[in-house]
Amino acid sequence: MLTIENVTKSFGGLSAVCGVSLQLGKTPITGLVGPNGSGKTTLFHMITGFYSVDKGRVFLEDREITNLKPHLISRMGLLRTFQHTRVLPFLSTLENLIAAAPLQRGESLVQLFLRPGAVRKDERKNAQKAREVLDTIKLQPLAGELAGRLSYGQQRLLELGRILMADPRVIMLDEPTAGINPSLVRDLVRVIRGLTGVGIQVFLIEHNMPLVMELCDRVLVMDAGGLIFEGSPHEAVKDKAVIEAYLGKARDASKS
Amino acid sequence: MDYLYHILVIALIYVIFASSLNLELGYAGLYNFGHVAFFAIGAYTSALLSLAGFSPAASMAIAVLCSAASGALLAVPALRLSGDYFGIATLAFGELARLFALNERWLTKGPMGLPGIPRPLGIEAGISGIPVYFFFTVTITAAVLLILRKTTMSPFGRALKVVREDEFVARAFGKNVFSLKVRAVAMGSLFAGLAGALYAHFVTYISPYDFSLNETILVLLCVVLGGKGTLSGPVLGAFVIILFQELLRFLPIPTDWGRFVSPIQGMIYGAVLVILMLKRPEGIIPEHRT
Repeated sequence: MLTIENVTKSFGGLSAVCGVSLQLGKTPITGLVGPNGSGKTTLFHMITGFYSVDKGRVFLEDREITNLKPHLISRMGLLRTFQHTRVLPFLSTLENLIAAAPLQRGESLVQLFLRPGAVRKDERKNAQKAREVLDTIKLQPLAGELAGRLSYGQQRLLELGRILMADPRVIMLDEPTAGINPSLVRDLVRVIRGLTGVGIQVFLIEHNMPLVMELCDRVLVMDAGGLIFEGSPHEAVKDKAVIEAYLGKARDASKS
Repeated sequence: MDYLYHILVIALIYVIFASSLNLELGYAGLYNFGHVAFFAIGAYTSALLSLAGFSPAASMAIAVLCSAASGALLAVPALRLSGDYFGIATLAFGELARLFALNERWLTKGPMGLPGIPRPLGIEAGISGIPVYFFFTVTITAAVLLILRKTTMSPFGRALKVVREDEFVARAFGKNVFSLKVRAVAMGSLFAGLAGALYAHFVTYISPYDFSLNETILVLLCVVLGGKGTLSGPVLGAFVIILFQELLRFLPIPTDWGRFVSPIQGMIYGAVLVILMLKRPEGIIPEHRT
Protein backbone atom coordinates (compact mmCIF):
# COMPACT_ATOMS: atom_id res chain seq x y z
CA MET A 1 0.00 0.00 0.00
CA LEU A 2 2.73 2.43 1.04
CA THR A 3 5.91 2.32 -1.03
CA ILE A 4 9.03 4.32 -0.35
CA GLU A 5 11.84 4.42 -2.88
CA ASN A 6 15.32 5.48 -1.98
CA VAL A 7 14.26 8.38 0.25
CA THR A 8 16.94 10.76 1.50
CA LYS A 9 16.91 13.77 3.82
CA SER A 10 19.73 15.87 5.21
CA PHE A 11 19.74 18.88 7.48
CA GLY A 12 22.72 20.98 6.46
CA GLY A 13 25.67 18.60 6.54
CA LEU A 14 23.87 16.02 8.68
CA SER A 15 22.32 13.19 6.75
CA ALA A 16 19.25 12.12 8.76
CA VAL A 17 17.77 9.52 6.42
CA CYS A 18 19.81 8.06 3.63
CA GLY A 19 18.49 5.97 0.76
CA VAL A 20 15.68 4.16 2.57
CA SER A 21 13.38 1.96 0.51
CA LEU A 22 10.54 -0.06 1.93
CA GLN A 23 7.13 -1.40 1.13
CA LEU A 24 4.13 -1.81 3.40
CA GLY A 25 1.22 -4.02 2.60
CA LYS A 26 2.30 -7.61 2.89
CA THR A 27 1.52 -7.69 6.60
CA PRO A 28 -1.00 -5.71 8.61
CA ILE A 29 1.27 -4.39 11.38
CA THR A 30 4.82 -3.29 10.67
CA GLY A 31 7.13 -2.03 13.38
CA LEU A 32 9.96 0.45 12.91
CA VAL A 33 12.63 0.31 15.57
CA GLY A 34 16.11 1.72 16.00
CA PRO A 35 18.22 3.69 18.45
CA ASN A 36 17.48 7.35 19.19
CA GLY A 37 18.54 9.57 16.34
CA SER A 38 18.44 6.83 13.73
CA GLY A 39 15.97 8.74 11.55
CA LYS A 40 12.66 7.02 12.29
CA THR A 41 10.65 10.14 13.06
CA THR A 42 12.31 12.02 10.20
CA LEU A 43 11.17 9.24 7.88
CA PHE A 44 7.61 9.57 9.25
CA HIS A 45 7.69 13.33 8.73
CA MET A 46 8.78 12.87 5.12
CA ILE A 47 6.15 10.28 4.30
CA THR A 48 3.36 12.46 5.72
CA GLY A 49 4.59 15.64 4.04
CA PHE A 50 5.74 17.52 7.16
CA TYR A 51 9.34 17.45 5.93
CA SER A 52 10.32 17.83 2.29
CA VAL A 53 11.98 14.85 0.67
CA ASP A 54 15.44 15.67 -0.71
CA LYS A 55 15.67 12.66 -2.97
CA GLY A 56 13.53 9.61 -3.62
CA ARG A 57 9.81 9.01 -4.01
CA VAL A 58 6.83 8.04 -1.87
CA PHE A 59 3.69 6.30 -3.18
CA LEU A 60 0.35 5.58 -1.56
CA GLU A 61 -1.02 2.71 -3.62
CA ASP A 62 -0.42 3.91 -7.19
CA ARG A 63 -0.42 7.62 -6.48
CA GLU A 64 2.80 9.49 -5.88
CA ILE A 65 2.61 11.60 -2.72
CA THR A 66 6.21 12.83 -2.60
CA ASN A 67 6.32 16.38 -1.19
CA LEU A 68 2.55 16.85 -1.26
CA LYS A 69 1.14 19.14 1.43
CA PRO A 70 0.36 17.28 4.69
CA HIS A 71 -3.36 18.02 4.58
CA LEU A 72 -3.65 16.55 1.09
CA ILE A 73 -1.81 13.38 2.11
CA SER A 74 -4.06 13.12 5.15
CA ARG A 75 -7.17 13.40 2.99
CA MET A 76 -5.93 10.44 0.92
CA GLY A 77 -6.19 8.21 3.98
CA LEU A 78 -2.67 8.28 5.36
CA LEU A 79 -3.04 9.34 9.00
CA ARG A 80 -0.45 9.78 11.69
CA THR A 81 0.13 10.54 15.36
CA PHE A 82 3.00 12.56 16.78
CA GLN A 83 5.79 11.47 19.10
CA HIS A 84 4.50 13.73 21.87
CA THR A 85 0.79 13.86 22.63
CA ARG A 86 -0.96 16.55 20.68
CA VAL A 87 -4.59 16.65 21.68
CA LEU A 88 -6.41 19.95 21.34
CA PRO A 89 -6.39 20.92 25.03
CA PHE A 90 -9.20 23.48 25.02
CA LEU A 91 -11.66 21.40 23.02
CA SER A 92 -13.69 18.65 24.65
CA THR A 93 -12.90 14.99 24.06
CA LEU A 94 -15.93 14.70 21.80
CA GLU A 95 -15.02 17.86 19.87
CA ASN A 96 -11.47 16.55 19.41
CA LEU A 97 -12.99 13.55 17.67
CA ILE A 98 -15.59 15.36 15.57
CA ALA A 99 -13.02 17.93 14.43
CA ALA A 100 -10.89 15.12 13.02
CA ALA A 101 -13.51 14.01 10.51
CA PRO A 102 -12.21 14.72 7.02
CA LEU A 103 -13.80 16.93 4.35
CA GLN A 104 -16.65 18.39 6.36
CA ARG A 105 -18.94 20.45 4.17
CA GLY A 106 -19.56 22.86 7.04
CA GLU A 107 -15.93 23.97 6.90
CA SER A 108 -16.77 25.79 3.67
CA LEU A 109 -18.44 29.14 4.35
CA VAL A 110 -20.41 28.91 1.12
CA GLN A 111 -21.88 25.51 1.98
CA LEU A 112 -22.48 26.65 5.55
CA PHE A 113 -24.82 29.42 4.50
CA LEU A 114 -26.26 28.04 1.28
CA ARG A 115 -26.67 24.35 2.12
CA PRO A 116 -27.38 24.20 5.86
CA GLY A 117 -29.19 20.89 5.42
CA ALA A 118 -26.12 19.12 4.05
CA VAL A 119 -23.99 20.61 6.83
CA ARG A 120 -26.41 19.40 9.50
CA LYS A 121 -26.43 15.94 7.93
CA ASP A 122 -22.61 15.81 8.07
CA GLU A 123 -22.66 16.95 11.68
CA ARG A 124 -25.13 14.25 12.70
CA LYS A 125 -23.10 11.60 10.90
CA ASN A 126 -19.81 12.75 12.46
CA ALA A 127 -21.29 13.03 15.95
CA GLN A 128 -22.69 9.52 15.64
CA LYS A 129 -19.33 8.21 14.48
CA ALA A 130 -17.53 10.03 17.30
CA ARG A 131 -19.81 8.28 19.81
CA GLU A 132 -18.88 4.92 18.29
CA VAL A 133 -15.18 5.77 18.46
CA LEU A 134 -15.61 6.85 22.10
CA ASP A 135 -17.01 3.37 22.77
CA THR A 136 -14.04 1.76 21.07
CA ILE A 137 -11.48 3.74 23.05
CA LYS A 138 -13.60 3.52 26.24
CA LEU A 139 -13.63 7.25 26.97
CA GLN A 140 -17.44 7.75 26.95
CA PRO A 141 -17.53 9.10 30.55
CA LEU A 142 -15.06 11.82 29.54
CA ALA A 143 -16.87 12.95 26.37
CA GLY A 144 -17.52 16.47 27.68
CA GLU A 145 -14.21 16.90 29.50
CA LEU A 146 -11.57 19.23 28.06
CA ALA A 147 -8.96 17.07 26.38
CA GLY A 148 -6.18 18.93 28.18
CA ARG A 149 -7.51 17.55 31.47
CA LEU A 150 -7.29 13.88 30.44
CA SER A 151 -4.43 11.77 31.76
CA TYR A 152 -1.47 11.20 29.51
CA GLY A 153 -2.58 7.67 28.63
CA GLN A 154 -6.14 8.80 27.92
CA GLN A 155 -4.77 11.48 25.61
CA ARG A 156 -2.87 8.76 23.75
CA LEU A 157 -6.09 6.80 23.33
CA LEU A 158 -7.88 9.94 22.20
CA GLU A 159 -5.21 10.50 19.55
CA LEU A 160 -5.79 7.01 18.26
CA GLY A 161 -9.54 7.61 18.30
CA ARG A 162 -9.08 10.80 16.33
CA ILE A 163 -7.34 8.81 13.63
CA LEU A 164 -10.26 6.39 13.50
CA MET A 165 -12.55 9.32 12.73
CA ALA A 166 -10.67 10.02 9.52
CA ASP A 167 -11.40 6.76 7.63
CA PRO A 168 -7.73 5.83 7.39
CA ARG A 169 -6.22 3.31 5.02
CA VAL A 170 -2.74 3.50 6.48
CA ILE A 171 -1.94 4.77 9.95
CA MET A 172 1.48 5.70 11.24
CA LEU A 173 1.96 5.81 15.00
CA ASP A 174 5.03 7.45 16.51
CA GLU A 175 5.72 5.69 19.84
CA PRO A 176 2.07 5.11 20.75
CA THR A 177 2.77 3.49 24.14
CA ALA A 178 5.59 5.74 25.37
CA GLY A 179 5.04 6.62 29.01
CA ILE A 180 1.59 5.13 29.57
CA ASN A 181 0.59 2.58 32.18
CA PRO A 182 0.33 -1.15 31.39
CA SER A 183 -3.45 -1.42 31.52
CA LEU A 184 -3.85 1.42 29.02
CA VAL A 185 -1.20 -0.27 26.87
CA ARG A 186 -3.56 -3.27 26.73
CA ASP A 187 -6.41 -0.98 25.61
CA LEU A 188 -4.16 0.52 22.97
CA VAL A 189 -3.06 -2.90 21.71
CA ARG A 190 -6.69 -3.99 21.54
CA VAL A 191 -7.62 -0.93 19.47
CA ILE A 192 -4.64 -1.35 17.13
CA ARG A 193 -5.48 -5.05 16.61
CA GLY A 194 -9.06 -4.07 15.89
CA LEU A 195 -7.87 -1.78 13.09
CA THR A 196 -6.17 -4.54 11.17
CA GLY A 197 -9.45 -6.46 11.26
CA VAL A 198 -11.01 -3.86 8.97
CA GLY A 199 -8.07 -3.82 6.55
CA ILE A 200 -6.13 -0.85 7.87
CA GLN A 201 -2.36 -0.98 7.53
CA VAL A 202 -0.46 -0.03 10.69
CA PHE A 203 3.08 1.30 10.67
CA LEU A 204 4.47 2.11 14.11
CA ILE A 205 7.62 3.34 15.77
CA GLU A 206 8.07 1.65 19.12
CA HIS A 207 10.87 1.20 21.65
CA ASN A 208 9.15 -1.40 23.78
CA MET A 209 10.64 -4.59 22.23
CA PRO A 210 8.37 -7.11 23.98
CA LEU A 211 5.39 -5.16 22.63
CA VAL A 212 6.88 -5.06 19.14
CA MET A 213 7.37 -8.83 19.26
CA GLU A 214 3.79 -9.35 20.41
CA LEU A 215 2.13 -6.91 18.03
CA CYS A 216 4.13 -6.70 14.82
CA ASP A 217 4.21 -9.21 12.00
CA ARG A 218 7.24 -7.60 10.48
CA VAL A 219 9.87 -5.28 11.80
CA LEU A 220 12.23 -2.82 10.15
CA VAL A 221 15.33 -1.65 11.96
CA MET A 222 17.00 1.68 11.25
CA ASP A 223 20.43 2.84 12.32
CA ALA A 224 22.24 6.06 11.41
CA GLY A 225 19.69 6.96 8.74
CA GLY A 226 19.72 3.64 6.93
CA LEU A 227 17.66 0.46 7.02
CA ILE A 228 19.77 -2.36 8.50
CA PHE A 229 17.25 -5.14 8.94
CA GLU A 230 13.89 -6.30 7.62
CA GLY A 231 12.14 -9.46 8.80
CA SER A 232 10.20 -11.07 11.63
CA PRO A 233 10.60 -9.62 15.12
CA HIS A 234 12.05 -12.90 16.39
CA GLU A 235 14.83 -12.83 13.82
CA ALA A 236 15.46 -9.16 14.56
CA VAL A 237 16.41 -9.69 18.18
CA LYS A 238 18.95 -12.34 17.11
CA ASP A 239 20.43 -10.35 14.23
CA LYS A 240 24.01 -9.33 14.79
CA ALA A 241 23.79 -5.93 13.09
CA VAL A 242 20.69 -5.06 15.11
CA ILE A 243 22.29 -6.02 18.42
CA GLU A 244 25.36 -3.98 17.51
CA ALA A 245 23.26 -0.94 16.66
CA TYR A 246 21.52 -1.08 20.03
CA LEU A 247 24.34 -2.22 22.30
CA GLY A 248 27.53 -1.30 20.44
CA LYS A 249 30.11 -3.62 18.91
CA ALA A 250 31.10 -6.65 21.00
CA ARG A 251 34.79 -6.63 21.79
CA ASP A 252 36.96 -9.55 22.67
CA ALA A 253 37.30 -9.33 26.44
CA SER A 254 40.74 -10.97 26.52
CA LYS A 255 42.30 -8.22 24.39
CA SER A 256 41.20 -5.29 26.48
CA MET B 1 -31.29 61.44 25.78
CA ASP B 2 -29.59 61.99 22.44
CA TYR B 3 -26.30 61.76 24.30
CA LEU B 4 -27.28 58.32 25.57
CA TYR B 5 -28.27 57.18 22.07
CA HIS B 6 -24.97 58.50 20.78
CA ILE B 7 -22.99 56.47 23.33
CA LEU B 8 -25.05 53.36 22.59
CA VAL B 9 -24.46 53.64 18.84
CA ILE B 10 -20.73 53.97 19.41
CA ALA B 11 -20.84 50.97 21.76
CA LEU B 12 -22.73 48.91 19.17
CA ILE B 13 -20.21 49.85 16.48
CA TYR B 14 -17.51 48.62 18.81
CA VAL B 15 -19.51 45.43 19.40
CA ILE B 16 -19.28 44.70 15.68
CA PHE B 17 -15.64 45.82 15.49
CA ALA B 18 -14.62 43.72 18.51
CA SER B 19 -16.58 40.67 17.35
CA SER B 20 -14.86 40.87 13.98
CA LEU B 21 -11.45 40.86 15.66
CA ASN B 22 -12.56 38.03 17.91
CA LEU B 23 -13.08 35.82 14.87
CA GLU B 24 -9.37 36.20 14.09
CA LEU B 25 -7.97 36.41 17.63
CA GLY B 26 -10.32 34.24 19.64
CA TYR B 27 -11.07 31.55 17.08
CA ALA B 28 -8.18 31.39 14.60
CA GLY B 29 -5.59 32.55 17.17
CA LEU B 30 -4.27 35.31 14.90
CA TYR B 31 -2.91 38.44 16.55
CA ASN B 32 -3.94 41.16 14.15
CA PHE B 33 -2.50 44.47 15.38
CA GLY B 34 -3.64 46.39 12.31
CA HIS B 35 -7.34 45.65 12.52
CA VAL B 36 -8.13 49.39 12.53
CA ALA B 37 -6.99 49.49 8.89
CA PHE B 38 -10.11 47.60 7.81
CA PHE B 39 -12.31 49.82 9.96
CA ALA B 40 -10.67 52.75 8.13
CA ILE B 41 -11.05 51.17 4.69
CA GLY B 42 -14.74 50.59 5.38
CA ALA B 43 -15.22 54.13 6.67
CA TYR B 44 -13.30 55.90 3.88
CA THR B 45 -14.68 53.78 1.02
CA SER B 46 -18.25 54.29 2.15
CA ALA B 47 -17.74 58.00 2.82
CA LEU B 48 -16.02 58.68 -0.51
CA LEU B 49 -18.58 56.75 -2.53
CA SER B 50 -21.56 58.41 -0.87
CA LEU B 51 -19.95 61.85 -1.24
CA ALA B 52 -19.43 61.03 -4.92
CA GLY B 53 -23.16 60.53 -5.30
CA PHE B 54 -23.79 56.85 -4.65
CA SER B 55 -26.63 56.07 -2.28
CA PRO B 56 -25.25 55.64 1.26
CA ALA B 57 -26.66 52.12 1.58
CA ALA B 58 -24.98 51.00 -1.66
CA SER B 59 -21.77 52.72 -0.58
CA MET B 60 -21.80 50.78 2.67
CA ALA B 61 -22.31 47.49 0.84
CA ILE B 62 -19.43 48.19 -1.55
CA ALA B 63 -17.23 49.36 1.33
CA VAL B 64 -17.83 46.15 3.22
CA LEU B 65 -16.79 44.07 0.21
CA CYS B 66 -13.69 46.25 -0.29
CA SER B 67 -12.62 45.68 3.31
CA ALA B 68 -13.09 41.93 2.96
CA ALA B 69 -11.06 41.91 -0.26
CA SER B 70 -8.26 43.97 1.25
CA GLY B 71 -8.28 41.67 4.27
CA ALA B 72 -7.73 38.69 2.00
CA LEU B 73 -5.06 40.61 0.06
CA LEU B 74 -3.16 41.38 3.25
CA ALA B 75 -3.65 37.89 4.66
CA VAL B 76 -2.16 36.02 1.71
CA PRO B 77 1.35 37.44 2.05
CA ALA B 78 1.22 38.17 5.81
CA LEU B 79 0.16 34.63 6.70
CA ARG B 80 3.27 33.28 5.02
CA LEU B 81 5.02 34.78 8.03
CA SER B 82 4.81 32.77 11.22
CA GLY B 83 3.36 33.78 14.57
CA ASP B 84 4.84 37.01 15.90
CA TYR B 85 5.85 38.22 12.45
CA PHE B 86 2.24 38.14 11.31
CA GLY B 87 1.48 40.50 14.19
CA ILE B 88 4.25 42.85 13.13
CA ALA B 89 3.17 42.82 9.48
CA THR B 90 -0.40 43.68 10.43
CA LEU B 91 0.83 46.44 12.76
CA ALA B 92 2.72 47.93 9.82
CA PHE B 93 -0.35 47.63 7.61
CA GLY B 94 -2.45 49.49 10.18
CA GLU B 95 0.00 52.40 10.19
CA LEU B 96 0.26 52.26 6.41
CA ALA B 97 -3.50 52.69 6.05
CA ARG B 98 -3.50 55.67 8.42
CA LEU B 99 -0.57 57.32 6.64
CA PHE B 100 -2.25 56.75 3.29
CA ALA B 101 -5.36 58.56 4.52
CA LEU B 102 -3.20 61.33 5.94
CA ASN B 103 -1.04 61.94 2.87
CA GLU B 104 -3.05 61.07 -0.24
CA ARG B 105 -4.88 64.37 -0.26
CA TRP B 106 -6.27 64.01 -3.78
CA LEU B 107 -8.41 61.15 -2.48
CA THR B 108 -8.90 61.58 1.26
CA LYS B 109 -8.32 65.32 1.68
CA GLY B 110 -5.58 64.38 4.16
CA PRO B 111 -5.77 65.78 7.70
CA MET B 112 -8.78 67.96 6.80
CA GLY B 113 -10.90 64.82 6.66
CA LEU B 114 -14.22 64.27 4.96
CA PRO B 115 -17.17 66.30 6.27
CA GLY B 116 -20.84 66.02 5.40
CA ILE B 117 -21.15 62.27 4.94
CA PRO B 118 -24.85 61.56 4.34
CA ARG B 119 -26.73 59.04 6.47
CA PRO B 120 -28.34 56.00 4.82
CA LEU B 121 -32.07 55.29 4.33
CA GLY B 122 -32.89 58.99 4.47
CA ILE B 123 -31.99 59.27 8.16
CA GLU B 124 -31.61 62.94 8.98
CA ALA B 125 -28.20 64.45 9.51
CA GLY B 126 -27.38 66.03 12.84
CA ILE B 127 -28.81 65.30 16.27
CA SER B 128 -32.38 64.70 15.12
CA GLY B 129 -31.34 61.56 13.22
CA ILE B 130 -29.54 59.90 16.12
CA PRO B 131 -32.44 57.88 17.61
CA VAL B 132 -33.34 56.41 14.20
CA TYR B 133 -29.69 55.67 13.51
CA PHE B 134 -29.61 53.86 16.84
CA PHE B 135 -32.34 51.46 15.71
CA PHE B 136 -30.64 51.05 12.34
CA THR B 137 -27.41 50.09 14.16
CA VAL B 138 -29.22 47.72 16.53
CA THR B 139 -30.68 45.87 13.55
CA ILE B 140 -27.34 45.55 11.80
CA THR B 141 -25.56 44.49 14.99
CA ALA B 142 -28.15 41.80 15.61
CA ALA B 143 -27.72 40.49 12.06
CA VAL B 144 -23.92 40.46 12.41
CA LEU B 145 -24.09 38.58 15.70
CA LEU B 146 -26.47 36.02 14.21
CA ILE B 147 -24.11 35.43 11.29
CA LEU B 148 -21.11 35.18 13.61
CA ARG B 149 -23.02 32.81 15.87
CA LYS B 150 -23.75 30.50 12.98
CA THR B 151 -20.16 30.76 11.73
CA THR B 152 -18.41 30.12 15.01
CA MET B 153 -20.69 27.30 16.13
CA SER B 154 -20.25 25.54 12.79
CA PRO B 155 -17.63 23.04 11.62
CA PHE B 156 -15.82 26.09 10.20
CA GLY B 157 -15.55 27.66 13.66
CA ARG B 158 -14.40 24.36 15.07
CA ALA B 159 -11.75 24.02 12.37
CA LEU B 160 -10.49 27.52 13.24
CA LYS B 161 -10.15 26.42 16.85
CA VAL B 162 -8.19 23.35 15.75
CA VAL B 163 -5.83 25.68 13.89
CA ARG B 164 -5.57 27.90 16.98
CA GLU B 165 -4.80 24.95 19.26
CA ASP B 166 -2.31 23.12 17.08
CA GLU B 167 -1.49 23.79 13.44
CA PHE B 168 0.35 20.51 13.02
CA VAL B 169 -2.64 18.52 14.16
CA ALA B 170 -4.87 20.56 11.86
CA ARG B 171 -2.64 19.67 8.90
CA ALA B 172 -2.42 16.04 9.94
CA PHE B 173 -6.21 15.88 9.81
CA GLY B 174 -6.65 17.33 6.37
CA LYS B 175 -7.39 20.93 7.27
CA ASN B 176 -6.03 23.51 4.85
CA VAL B 177 -4.59 25.78 7.55
CA PHE B 178 -3.63 28.61 5.20
CA SER B 179 -7.03 28.76 3.56
CA LEU B 180 -8.85 28.67 6.91
CA LYS B 181 -6.77 31.57 8.21
CA VAL B 182 -7.26 33.64 5.05
CA ARG B 183 -11.02 33.12 5.28
CA ALA B 184 -11.00 34.10 8.97
CA VAL B 185 -9.10 37.32 8.21
CA ALA B 186 -11.32 38.13 5.21
CA MET B 187 -14.48 37.64 7.23
CA GLY B 188 -13.03 39.59 10.17
CA SER B 189 -12.11 42.42 7.82
CA LEU B 190 -15.58 42.35 6.27
CA PHE B 191 -17.25 43.06 9.61
CA ALA B 192 -14.55 45.54 10.65
CA GLY B 193 -15.33 47.39 7.39
CA LEU B 194 -19.01 47.32 8.25
CA ALA B 195 -18.29 48.82 11.66
CA GLY B 196 -16.17 51.49 9.96
CA ALA B 197 -18.90 52.35 7.47
CA LEU B 198 -21.49 52.56 10.26
CA TYR B 199 -19.15 54.88 12.12
CA ALA B 200 -18.53 57.18 9.14
CA HIS B 201 -22.22 57.63 8.35
CA PHE B 202 -23.05 58.14 12.01
CA VAL B 203 -20.54 60.84 12.95
CA THR B 204 -20.73 62.21 9.35
CA TYR B 205 -17.14 63.45 9.54
CA ILE B 206 -14.01 61.32 9.46
CA SER B 207 -10.32 62.13 9.47
CA PRO B 208 -7.15 60.04 9.68
CA TYR B 209 -6.98 60.77 13.42
CA ASP B 210 -10.00 58.49 13.97
CA PHE B 211 -7.98 55.46 12.87
CA SER B 212 -4.83 55.45 14.96
CA LEU B 213 -3.14 52.55 16.71
CA ASN B 214 -5.18 53.54 19.77
CA GLU B 215 -8.31 52.19 18.08
CA THR B 216 -6.63 48.82 17.53
CA ILE B 217 -5.59 48.70 21.18
CA LEU B 218 -9.08 49.70 22.30
CA VAL B 219 -10.72 46.97 20.25
CA LEU B 220 -8.13 44.42 21.40
CA LEU B 221 -9.07 45.39 24.96
CA CYS B 222 -12.77 44.86 24.23
CA VAL B 223 -12.03 41.33 23.01
CA VAL B 224 -9.54 40.29 25.68
CA LEU B 225 -11.40 41.92 28.56
CA GLY B 226 -14.76 40.53 27.48
CA GLY B 227 -13.46 37.04 26.81
CA LYS B 228 -11.96 35.89 23.55
CA GLY B 229 -13.24 32.82 21.79
CA THR B 230 -16.82 33.44 22.93
CA LEU B 231 -19.65 35.19 21.10
CA SER B 232 -20.84 37.25 24.07
CA GLY B 233 -17.40 38.17 25.43
CA PRO B 234 -16.55 40.92 22.92
CA VAL B 235 -20.15 42.23 23.09
CA LEU B 236 -19.89 42.70 26.82
CA GLY B 237 -16.29 43.91 26.51
CA ALA B 238 -17.27 46.64 24.04
CA PHE B 239 -20.10 47.90 26.26
CA VAL B 240 -17.93 47.84 29.38
CA ILE B 241 -15.03 49.69 27.75
CA ILE B 242 -17.09 52.33 25.94
CA LEU B 243 -19.47 53.01 28.82
CA PHE B 244 -16.61 53.06 31.30
CA GLN B 245 -14.73 55.61 29.20
CA GLU B 246 -17.83 57.80 29.21
CA LEU B 247 -18.38 57.35 32.94
CA LEU B 248 -14.90 58.69 33.58
CA ARG B 249 -16.16 62.06 32.33
CA PHE B 250 -18.42 62.26 35.37
CA LEU B 251 -15.68 61.65 37.93
CA PRO B 252 -16.06 64.19 40.77
CA ILE B 253 -12.78 65.96 40.12
CA PRO B 254 -12.66 69.50 41.59
CA THR B 255 -12.79 72.16 38.90
CA ASP B 256 -9.64 73.96 40.01
CA TRP B 257 -7.75 70.71 39.20
CA GLY B 258 -8.68 71.28 35.59
CA ARG B 259 -5.37 70.45 34.09
CA PHE B 260 -5.23 67.11 35.96
CA VAL B 261 -8.59 65.83 34.75
CA SER B 262 -7.31 63.97 31.74
CA PRO B 263 -4.31 62.30 33.50
CA ILE B 264 -6.50 61.22 36.43
CA GLN B 265 -9.04 59.71 34.06
CA GLY B 266 -6.23 57.87 32.30
CA MET B 267 -4.79 56.57 35.57
CA ILE B 268 -8.12 55.23 36.80
CA TYR B 269 -8.82 53.67 33.42
CA GLY B 270 -5.41 51.97 33.41
CA ALA B 271 -5.69 50.79 37.01
CA VAL B 272 -9.10 49.20 36.43
CA LEU B 273 -7.81 47.39 33.35
CA VAL B 274 -4.76 46.07 35.18
CA ILE B 275 -6.91 44.82 38.07
CA LEU B 276 -9.36 43.14 35.69
CA MET B 277 -6.57 41.44 33.73
CA LEU B 278 -5.01 40.17 36.97
CA LYS B 279 -8.30 38.93 38.38
CA ARG B 280 -9.80 37.54 35.18
CA PRO B 281 -7.06 36.83 32.65
CA GLU B 282 -9.54 34.76 30.62
CA GLY B 283 -11.87 37.76 30.32
CA ILE B 284 -15.20 38.49 31.99
CA ILE B 285 -16.81 35.64 30.05
CA PRO B 286 -14.23 32.82 29.87
CA GLU B 287 -14.40 30.33 27.01
CA HIS B 288 -14.21 27.45 29.49
CA ARG B 289 -15.58 27.36 32.98
CA THR B 290 -13.13 25.91 35.45
